[in-house]
Amino acid sequence: MGYFSNIYHGIRTLLTGMRVTGKYFLNARKGAITQQYPDNRDTLKMFERFRGEVVMPHDENNEHSCTGCQKCELACPNGSIEIIWDRVIDPETGKKKKAIDQHIYHFGMCTQCGLCVDACPSDAIKWAQNFENSVYDRTQLTRILNKPGSKVRAGVEE
Amino acid sequence: MNSISNIIDWFINTGVLNMALIALIYLTVFALLGLFLVLLERKVAAWFQLRIGPNRVGYLGLFQTIADALKLVSKELTGTVKADKFLYNLAPYFVIVTSLMALAVFPFTKDLQAFDINIGIFFLIAISSIGVIGILLGGWSSNNKFALIGAMRSGVQTVSYELSVGLSLLTMVILTGSLQLSEIIEVQKSGWLIVQGHIPAIIAFMIYMIAGTAETNRAPFDMVEAESELGAGYHTEYSGMKFAYFFLAEFINMFIIAAIATTIFFGGWLSPFGITESLPWMGLFWFLVKTFVLVFLMMWFRWTFPRLRVDQLLTLEWKYLLPINLVNLVLMAVIVWLNLTIQI
Amino acid sequence: METAVLNSTTVKKSNFKSEEYFINMGPQHPATHGVLRLLLTIDGEIIKKVEPDLGYIHRSIEKMSESNSYQQIVHLTDRLDYLSSHINNEAVCLCVENALELEVPERVKVIRTILGELTRIASHTLWWGVMGMDVGALTTYFYGFRDREMINDIFEETCGARLTMNYNIPGGLMQDIHPNFVKRVKEFIPHFRSKLPEYDRLLTGNIIFQKRTKGVGVLSREDAINFGASGPVARASGYSCDVRKYHPYSALDKVNFTEALDTAGDSFARYKVRIAEMWESLNIIEQLIDNIPEGDFKVATNAVIKLPKGDFYQKVETARGEFGVYIISTGNKNPYRVKFRSPGLSNLSLLNHIAVGGKIGDLVATMATIDIVVPDIDR
Ligand code: SF4
Ligand code: SF4
Repeated sequence: MGYFSNIYHGIRTLLTGMRVTGKYFLNARKGAITQQYPDNRDTLKMFERFRGEVVMPHDENNEHSCTGCQKCELACPNGSIEIIWDRVIDPETGKKKKAIDQHIYHFGMCTQCGLCVDACPSDAIKWAQNFENSVYDRTQLTRILNKPGSKVRAGVEE
Repeated sequence: MNSISNIIDWFINTGVLNMALIALIYLTVFALLGLFLVLLERKVAAWFQLRIGPNRVGYLGLFQTIADALKLVSKELTGTVKADKFLYNLAPYFVIVTSLMALAVFPFTKDLQAFDINIGIFFLIAISSIGVIGILLGGWSSNNKFALIGAMRSGVQTVSYELSVGLSLLTMVILTGSLQLSEIIEVQKSGWLIVQGHIPAIIAFMIYMIAGTAETNRAPFDMVEAESELGAGYHTEYSGMKFAYFFLAEFINMFIIAAIATTIFFGGWLSPFGITESLPWMGLFWFLVKTFVLVFLMMWFRWTFPRLRVDQLLTLEWKYLLPINLVNLVLMAVIVWLNLTIQI
Repeated sequence: METAVLNSTTVKKSNFKSEEYFINMGPQHPATHGVLRLLLTIDGEIIKKVEPDLGYIHRSIEKMSESNSYQQIVHLTDRLDYLSSHINNEAVCLCVENALELEVPERVKVIRTILGELTRIASHTLWWGVMGMDVGALTTYFYGFRDREMINDIFEETCGARLTMNYNIPGGLMQDIHPNFVKRVKEFIPHFRSKLPEYDRLLTGNIIFQKRTKGVGVLSREDAINFGASGPVARASGYSCDVRKYHPYSALDKVNFTEALDTAGDSFARYKVRIAEMWESLNIIEQLIDNIPEGDFKVATNAVIKLPKGDFYQKVETARGEFGVYIISTGNKNPYRVKFRSPGLSNLSLLNHIAVGGKIGDLVATMATIDIVVPDIDR
């Protein structure tokens, strides 16, 4: 008798499985979880914390808040950040002060770990949610984050 | 001059030209049907799996497989250096030719049948076992261990399941008393055979569907190409159009298995309860509807079940399907003998 | 002269002797889940020997750690067992915090535990999908990924990444949890509770699946201990070894949960243990999610962390088993030596022991239930 109960049991479990997939088949219209990616570009919004690439926000006067303290450079595990700095004379106090010349970000090496943003004392850099990062030439992945002619916002101290 | 016109006369008189024309039409139609089945499978799979499926090429992705076929045609044909070139090149043709040949005998409507021979079922069974030679050749000659294992599995599988397919069809032949497909349909004018033969017919149908799925090497019996075990199995080394032949043949075979079931169990082109008897061309519609329902069933199996192991495959055949089938055969004989069939 | 003695029948026989042959499974093979190469010795379909060949994705992370600061080591562990990246991070952070004798706020502990258990569920759902795929049921893959996607969204919203989160830092967390976090987790729990029975109906109960996994790749309790197995692999053999139970870390000492155990030791038992673990993880999350204590999300550490001289060890339970971090410090800002004890390596070492004698199909099923992640093995 075990022979026939085996068959019965087998067929029943198979039908149970088919019922599960069959249910999804019938609800296929609303159930699809596919992201229609290039089509939904306009509506696709990443979460605000998503770590896409490091950017340095500038305000309308072309000022940023990077003091050139190099903390991000130190924090970076793989040398993706290079800071070229200089000492300039502060017009107000007349003292020499550190200022960045170029904040170079090697996006191609960055592991999106977030340590640099966490380390920055003046919140000069932050994460952008851009994720379409492929380029034809990897030199394009080396970016200079401070815009040409920009300077540090007044009042931001190290 | 005379001899040439003689040859032409001979062609026309013997109907070779006609045959060639019909063959050409059949080839085109069924190649397209194969492509459509591939698309259908991909869509159905997507719907089972919460996906959308191909939707880029053409309206709703209808031309996706045509594009795929074009891609495959234009692809480079690669092969292993140490392959047995002759057999390696021969194998795909074995597979595709046999599956296309089988299509010739199906009565799609009362009049639409290319080749009405009196041993129709026998012919189908015979043809379907030639296809496996192609798989064996392909696996053996490509000089690849994965392909070889796949081919061996296929040999084991087809030899065993051939029996079940044959026996379950034989069960139905007891009921019809004929091997000719057109005549089998005539018999069903007084009720589809699955109704006429009731219990043994239903058992035979279930066994036929299981064994038929196994014959086409589809999941859950796809040990032959089990991708998580063998990569791609017997067609690992094939590319381009030769791969496409194997691929297309698999889908045409699926259609054939479903079409045989339609013809033998579900009345072929007969409409249910004779509702469209006055419109003979509706036969084609009914035939296709029934076939595609069965094709869908096979797809449903494929996208639900895990794959069997090779020894379990044999256990299933020799310990379950075959004994049940033999008992079923006797049961059917008794039922026919005692006239217990249901006639409408 | 020897050959002359042989009569013709023996010569003929030797012509037909069956031969064992080798097959390379991987490094590119669908069932090895990455770049693992298995050198199989096969007799027909039957496996005689399995020799894993490692090193295809070796990145010398342990050596790299020696030249990184302690904050930086954390993000390297993301790249070990990438499916349990959060738990790996936590292990390093706990190790550093222990060495510094730093007490992190309760809030951090609870959040770490919740995220850890979510990671475990995410890892197991992926495993479930792939398990189904390895035995041939392709649809499970998508159902598993659908549920994992919800967890990934939770991670992305709070941690900023889906896989390599790097959300833990020595001393706490990088940011506070996102305001939506609690809501999303609470949505996830009932959703997943309703989907888990579906997993059972689709795969667990399936006769073919049971036939494929029951009695396949049997591992005895003694062997599990001898080979240093851990995690679900060992627990399926009846070896109770859950680090969360025996050496609770973070907030795990405050929650009630039962350790999933089985005694059969076969592939099906390993499967069942993982399914049971998903239920348990849900329980743990449910106990914690409603009472995340208020407080800081980190305590301040020095910008340059220097561990005291000595060696420090911390182990945690990842989705694959016991993950250990061993740091030797000479008092510098970089460690002198870091060693990761990865669960995958010892679990993989079992493979030859339990797969021999099975069929190729059995090997695939066994591999799937051992649930290896290759970067975890190679490091
Ligand atoms: S995210 Fe990490 S790797 Fe990238 S620049 Fe910042 S610190 Fe360096
Ligand atoms: S970005 Fe921030 S951390 Fe880096 S140099 Fe500028 S102020 Fe310092």
